[in-house]
Formats: sequence, C-alpha cells, structure tokens
Amino acid sequence: MQRWEYVFRRLILAMVVLFSVSLLTFFIARILPSDPAAAWVGPRPTQEQIAKATITLGLDKPLYVQYWRYLSSLLQGDLGVSIKSRQPILTELKTYLPATLELVIASMLIGEIIGIPLGVLSGAKKGGALDNASRILAVACVSLPTFFLGLLFQLIFYARLGILPISGRVSNEIAINNPVTPITGFYTLDTLMTGNWAAFQDVFVHLILPAVTLAAFGLGLSVRMTRASIIEVLNEKYILAARVAGLPYRTILFVLALKNAIMPTLNVIGLSFVYALTGSILVEVIFSWPGLGLYLTNAVLSLDFPVIVSVTLIVAVFYVVVNLVLDLVQVAIDPRVTLS
Amino acid sequence: MAALLSVSDLHVSFQTYAGKVYAVNGMTFDIQPGEIFGLVGESGCGKSVTSLAILRILPGHGRITRGEIAFDGRDLTQLSEREMQPIRGRQIAMIFQDPSTSLNPVFSVGNQITRIIRHHMGYSSQAANQRALELFSKVALPDPKRIFTTYPHELSGGMQQRVMIALALASGARLLIADEPTTALDVTIQDQILELLVELRQREGLSILLITHNLGVVAETCDKVGVAYAGKIVEIGPTSWVLHQRQHPYTEGLLAALPSPRQKGQDLLSIPGSVPDGLSVIPGCPFHLRCPHVMEVCRHSEPGMAAAAGSVDDQHRVSCYLYSSEVVR
Amino acid sequence: MEEKRVEDAEFIEAVPVHPLAPQATAPYSEWRLIWRSFRKDILALFGLGIILILILGAIFAPVLTSYPEQGRGDPNILEKFQPPSLRHPLGTDYLGRDVLARMLYGGRSSLTMGFLVVIIAVIIGVPLGALAGYLGGWVDEVIMRTTDVFMAFPSLLLALAIASALGAGFINTMIALAITWWPWYTRLVRSQVLSLRERYFIEAARSIGLPSQKIILSHLLPNVMTPVWVQATLDLGSAILISTALNFVGLGVQPPTADWGNMVSQGRLYFIDRPWFAGSAGLVIFLTVLAFNFIGDALRDAADPFLRRT
Repeated sequence: MQRWEYVFRRLILAMVVLFSVSLLTFFIARILPSDPAAAWVGPRPTQEQIAKATITLGLDKPLYVQYWRYLSSLLQGDLGVSIKSRQPILTELKTYLPATLELVIASMLIGEIIGIPLGVLSGAKKGGALDNASRILAVACVSLPTFFLGLLFQLIFYARLGILPISGRVSNEIAINNPVTPITGFYTLDTLMTGNWAAFQDVFVHLILPAVTLAAFGLGLSVRMTRASIIEVLNEKYILAARVAGLPYRTILFVLALKNAIMPTLNVIGLSFVYALTGSILVEVIFSWPGLGLYLTNAVLSLDFPVIVSVTLIVAVFYVVVNLVLDLVQVAIDPRVTLS
Repeated sequence: MAALLSVSDLHVSFQTYAGKVYAVNGMTFDIQPGEIFGLVGESGCGKSVTSLAILRILPGHGRITRGEIAFDGRDLTQLSEREMQPIRGRQIAMIFQDPSTSLNPVFSVGNQITRIIRHHMGYSSQAANQRALELFSKVALPDPKRIFTTYPHELSGGMQQRVMIALALASGARLLIADEPTTALDVTIQDQILELLVELRQREGLSILLITHNLGVVAETCDKVGVAYAGKIVEIGPTSWVLHQRQHPYTEGLLAALPSPRQKGQDLLSIPGSVPDGLSVIPGCPFHLRCPHVMEVCRHSEPGMAAAAGSVDDQHRVSCYLYSSEVVR
Repeated sequence: MEEKRVEDAEFIEAVPVHPLAPQATAPYSEWRLIWRSFRKDILALFGLGIILILILGAIFAPVLTSYPEQGRGDPNILEKFQPPSLRHPLGTDYLGRDVLARMLYGGRSSLTMGFLVVIIAVIIGVPLGALAGYLGGWVDEVIMRTTDVFMAFPSLLLALAIASALGAGFINTMIALAITWWPWYTRLVRSQVLSLRERYFIEAARSIGLPSQKIILSHLLPNVMTPVWVQATLDLGSAILISTALNFVGLGVQPPTADWGNMVSQGRLYFIDRPWFAGSAGLVIFLTVLAFNFIGDALRDAADPFLRRT
C-alpha cells in the first residue's frame, strides 16, 4: 500500500502548494505595489476612485482579514472585474482559456509526437547522421526566440508564399458566412461536432502557424532530453543482459529501454507544457490569437492589474494540476517510486 | 568427444583514450559438454572480456584481432550480427555479477522471462507462463506463482540471481557463462547458488564457463580450471591437479594468498607488484616481473604450453620455463 | 613476498570506490580536466568567441559605431526605413536610427539583464540550498515548500506579474525575473549537498576515525559548485531569452532605450516589408542563446566523469 500512501501525500502537497500560490498572488496583488488601491483602479486614478478601492479591497483592515476576503472571493469564483472592459474576469476567461488550451495542446502534440521518437532514434544511433541532424535542429529550436520565429513564419508563409493566414482563429469570411458555434471553445472540435466543414478547414489552417511556432521550443527540449535519457538507459547492465538473451534490437529499444527512459521524458512533457503556456503569451501577441496570453499582455500594457493577477493565478493552478497528474502517471508506470 | 566450446589463441584489444589496451592475448581453452570449467584470475586478466567476445557483445571500441571461437563446429568470430542472434540466449546464455542491475527494474520478473521464452520458442502466452513457472521451480525459487508478479527490487540478492539463472536457461541453452555469479552475494547464499549450478549441470547436462577470482569457488564446483594472467592461460587442467600441484608460480601465489585458519596470527601473503594494465605488451613471460623464480630466459621469450610434471596424457598443462623447454618467441 | 599485518584471519573488506566519487585532491585539477575536454569541442569554442564579440561590442558600443546618439535613441527621421547600405550596414529603423548602433546599445541592456538575473539567482539560491541540505529538519522543509510555491508558476508569467506590480523599467524587471529563477539553484545545491555529504562523511570517518566538519566543508563546497556553474552557463541563454521576451511584451527598458526585445516589438509591424531591424535583433538574440547553449552543453559533457573517459 506504499503507493497509495505516496498518492495521498502527493495530493496533500498539491493542496498546500495551491494554497501557497494564492498567498503569493495575494502578496503580488496587495503588498508588492507601492499603492495597491491605485493599481487596482488602473491608470490615472482619481482620489475618489482610490478611496473607493481602499474600502472595497479592505486595505484598511489587517492583512489576514484582507487575505481571507481574497481567498473566499476566489473560491466563489469571483476573480474581480477587468478595468479595461468592465467585465467580470471569470466570464472573459471562459472565452480566452479554451483558445489558449487549443493552441497549447496542438503545439504539444506536434512537439511530442515528433520529438520523442526522434530523440529515441537519435540516442540509439549516437553519432550517426540522424543524430547529428536532430541535435542541430534541437539546439536551434531551443535557441530561437519564439516571438522571432513567429515573425519569420509569417514572413515566409504568409507574405512570400501566401499559403497560410497571418492572424486570428478564423477568417472574416467564415465568421460571417459559416460562423463557428462555440460549444467547447475548441474551434477545431466545435466545427467538427456541428459538421461545419468549411469552417473546420479555415480554423485548422489558422491553427497551423501559431501551433508550430509554439511547438518549436518544446520539440527541441524533447529531443534533447529523450536522447540523453535513452543513452543513459542503453548503458545499463540490464540492457546488456537483454542483448545477451538474444532479444531483437527493436524490442530492446522501444520496449525495454524506452519504459525506463520515459520517466525523465514525462518530466520533459511537464516542462514543455510550462513552456507552451508561457510561450503562448508571445505567440498570441504575434498572431493576434485571442487567448489568455493576448489578454494578459494587453492587461500589462493598459495596467489592468486585476486581470494580470487573475490570469497568473489561473495558470499557476492549472500548472500545479497538470504536474500532479504527471506525477501520478509516473507512479503508475514506475514500480519503484516513493516520496523522497 | 568433441568439445562444445573451443577457444583458440583469442586476441582482443580496445581502443581507449589512453591508448590501445591488449585485454586478451592468446586465450586458449575448451569446454566439454556437461563440464564446469573455471576461468580464474585477478581482476584485469581478461576473463570477462573473453566471455563478452564469445557472445560477440564487445563494446564498440573493442575488437577481436585474432583467434577462433568454435562452438558446435562453427567459428563464432566469423558470424554476422544476424547469425549471432539465434545463438545468444538459445545456445549460449550468460549471467552477470550483480543481479540487481541485470534485471530490468520496470518490468515484473515474470514478464521478463516470458518475453525471452516467447521470442526464442514462439510459445503462446499461456504456454510461456507455464514454462516460466517450471523454470522458477527448477532454480529452487519458493512460491513461483507469487514471484512471477514481483518486481526485481522486491527480491533479495539470492533470489534475484536465481531468477537470472532461470532467465538464462529459459530457452534451453547448452552453455552458461557465469561471470562472477556469487561475488555480490552473501557467503551463505553463495553456497546455495553454486550448489544450484552444479545441480543443473547434473540434471540438465548444462556446460558452465564459471569466471571467478575466488579459488574457493573453483575448488567447490569446477571440473577443470584455467588460470589466466595478462590475457592468457598460464596453467590449465583438472581442478584437483592444478590446485594440489600448482606448478605455475602465479597459481602458487594465488593459493598462498588465500587466508586459512591455520595462518591465524601470521602475516597475510600477497604477490608483489600489480596486475598489468594491458597498455603495453610485456616481453617474454608476462608474469616474469612478479615471479619469485624468474630466470634470464623468462625475460625474453614466452614459454609455450607444455605438459605439467606428472601429467597423464597432456591434460594438465603449464606455461612456464620451470617445466618446459619449449620456446615460442 | 611482501607482508601485511593482520590481526585475524578475516579479509579486510575494501570499501568500493564509486566511479563518480570526486578525488580527495585539490578542486582545481578537476577544472583543468574540464577545460581540456571543453576545448576539444569546436562548437563550444565558436560559442565562446561569439559571446566575447558581443560583450566587447556592448562595452565599446559608443566607439564602434558612428551613430552613438542614434543608438541611445535620438531619432533621425529623414533617413527612416533605409535598407542596409554602406552607410548603414544594417539599415535604419522606423525612426531612422542606425540599426547596427541600436543593436550594440541594445546588447548592453539584454546581456546585462541576462547576466544579472542569473548572478542574483545564484546568490540567493545557492546559500539557501546549502542551508536546506546541510541543516535538514524544519529549515529544509520551509525552504523546500517555498521553492515549490515559486516553481508552481511558469517563469515568464510570474516575472510578468511581479514586474507589473513593481512597475516597468530595467531594475524592476530584472528583480522580477531573478525572483522566479532562484528556486532552481536551491533545489540543485540541496540535492548535491545531500548526496555528497554521505560520501564525504564516510571518507572522513574512514581516514581519521572522526567526521570532521572542516574536511567535509572544504571538500564539499567546490564539488557542489561545479554543477551550479554548468547550470548557470546554460541558464544565461534562457535568461536572455526570457528577458528579451519581457522587453518584447513591454516591460523592461522603455523606449527610446534600446533592447533587443523591444527592437523586435517595434519592428514587428514593418517586418513583412522591412525586416532588417526586427530581423537583426531577432537573429542576434538567436546567436547569443545558441552560443550559450553550445558552451553549456560542452561544459556539461566535460564535467561528466563518465563521458570524459571514452
């Protein structure tokens, strides 16, 4: 039952972290700025607005009371109101979050499906032609600034070749003639579910460039780490024992070695996810993709503080949950895992 | 009777960052069917490398530069990788020193053995499971059914080694190479494993190449023994003859270095100097730098293998000028 | 035959030496070996060269360009949007400023921010990690939970949030980023201390009979720092990547001061027809990070005792 114990402890840990995350965002929201009330009101606040904010935020009350009010409103789903749009942030998030998720998931699929096998094959024939080529590709992917790559892709595929769109999730034409019915918020799924074939094609084509741009860094990361991991595993005695037992190389590589190498690979997927979340900020700006990142950057530019804090919080929560899931998957795969 | 395995004049060298290492320099011995042959020597004398060479799994920078390895009439040094595949595991099997690192940690023990069975013998999964349980009983594992689902790290060292032996025998190999199979185990367990190996030889007619540095192990289990130094055999013959008559000065030194209860309170003896590192070829007899009976001729020319004193029909041979007048180089 | 004294008929079991056990010699010999292995890697040397050129370029910017005022920000409207020519090797930007000058001055901001972020992260993170690893107990718990919380946020995001709270500007953004970075070093150092402490404890106990604090510390510290330096070098590349991203988004230095990140954002609208100013900035960021990655990779390979031997 040791494994259940581990799972339980891991869940508790996640709870603690989430709690602390809210503490940290509270700190950023209320304590860090020189004038939290002014920050909350927005640019060019009037004395009246500041006074009102001071009362709403309870800035005159002791810290623990403030935190309590903060936490309870969070748990009720009240993330505050955007200064710029005057809409409750939660409602706005409902439209922006799926857009970002769609982008992030698409990019991770691309990155891992290409990256992991490439890393495995690369490490298996260390020093070979494929290995050298993929190492060059990987280090380039990891060194290119995402925002620059996006611009390059726009230059090549939109301006010069004219085959892919430059921005947005749908073209105006489709938005007017065959609009997407938002069910899940994932336009690719929604268009398929409503049988809107024309819109699906349009949406898909719009997804390509941003997703590939975002995928680049994660791809490079995956290739490098999977490769290192496979090389290490292939040097283990039990792999030699498997060769001595006459098992075919394909089995040794893709079953026996890979299962051992997958652990750090899972960590890579976690890292790629983090990167994809943060990188999406840049990609969304470049491609005007209406997701969390764009929402966030506009908030930064217009000093829309409630939005900044809320988005940060939401993303952190998301990240903690994803890491938790990855850890639990690791427990399922590796029989030796214990809480260190 | 034709030998099962016959190694003749095997030379293996490695290309390392420090230079070329001559690990095996003219290793010659053979193993009859149903025989347990002990290959003895200190670390660095080329015994393990020989076993890797037999199975053709030398690491990338190693090469067989000369010699022949005849198994069942075929020269293994001439076979391609594809031709070697059906031999590994099926005809010749190998177990290593530390069983905890030789078993894949993320698969159950049963999974690992059935995979081998299914690959070599094409059984259905049910038949493979059945055979796996049989093999586990053969190696005297308690409660084979429970062991089948356990993971390597849940087993003790002795049980792990038994599992390794079962894995090695899974496809009916005729020759088992055991590289220091008991060194990493407790003394009491060592005995059990050795007993098991002898029993397997008895019951299955298994031939065993037992590689070890421990003469005690050799005395207990081996029919024949070859003493190796600097990559070649310096004395070879039936165990009791070699151990009792110990003609080569190196063999003498190895035996004298073993502590015994009779020597309690006295000083431990050891052979002065250290094992050659293989980076250079020593002229003459490789042992001459450490030999207490060294003669002038030993420094220039290598003695060939000749019958030891008192040996009947050439079975006990020694490579030393004290006993032979044959000059090789 | 040589003679060895022994009390009893038992063998003295030699403690097996782990192949990765650091030698009990001076730590500098470790660095000499690392350097020897490092200098065989052409890519790493190439990277080192690039970085040196860029650093020199940043330091001597006012001297290297004929348009230092433009580099600092003064506009030159008459010559705006000029493609690369002899007078302006990289062209001019939307305000007519010489792009090469902007790039040299931009390097001052981008490179400095990257270096400082890593340095500050090391200064904060390493002692905390050492404390956590060495003292253990509740100190360890507290420090570890704190790193957990900070690591629960993606770097860029947290830096964004903190920087917005503090206000834009070079120092605030740099502090914000450094705050998100230190936990990695704490974790690294802590795990190093934990694993090495065991080894040295045993060695010290063996050689003297009593574990000596001084021996442990004097041998422990240099060996703990080696992976830190390797990580720091690798991090320099990432730090520059993220800090230019922050500048791109609008934080960090404000125009007219140049930074490679804000050069790209300023040039973004014109990129399709006039790619040279955003393009040069983007390419130089790429080159810088690439160079650091080459160096860091070679350093990592050189510091790994296994890889060194073959």
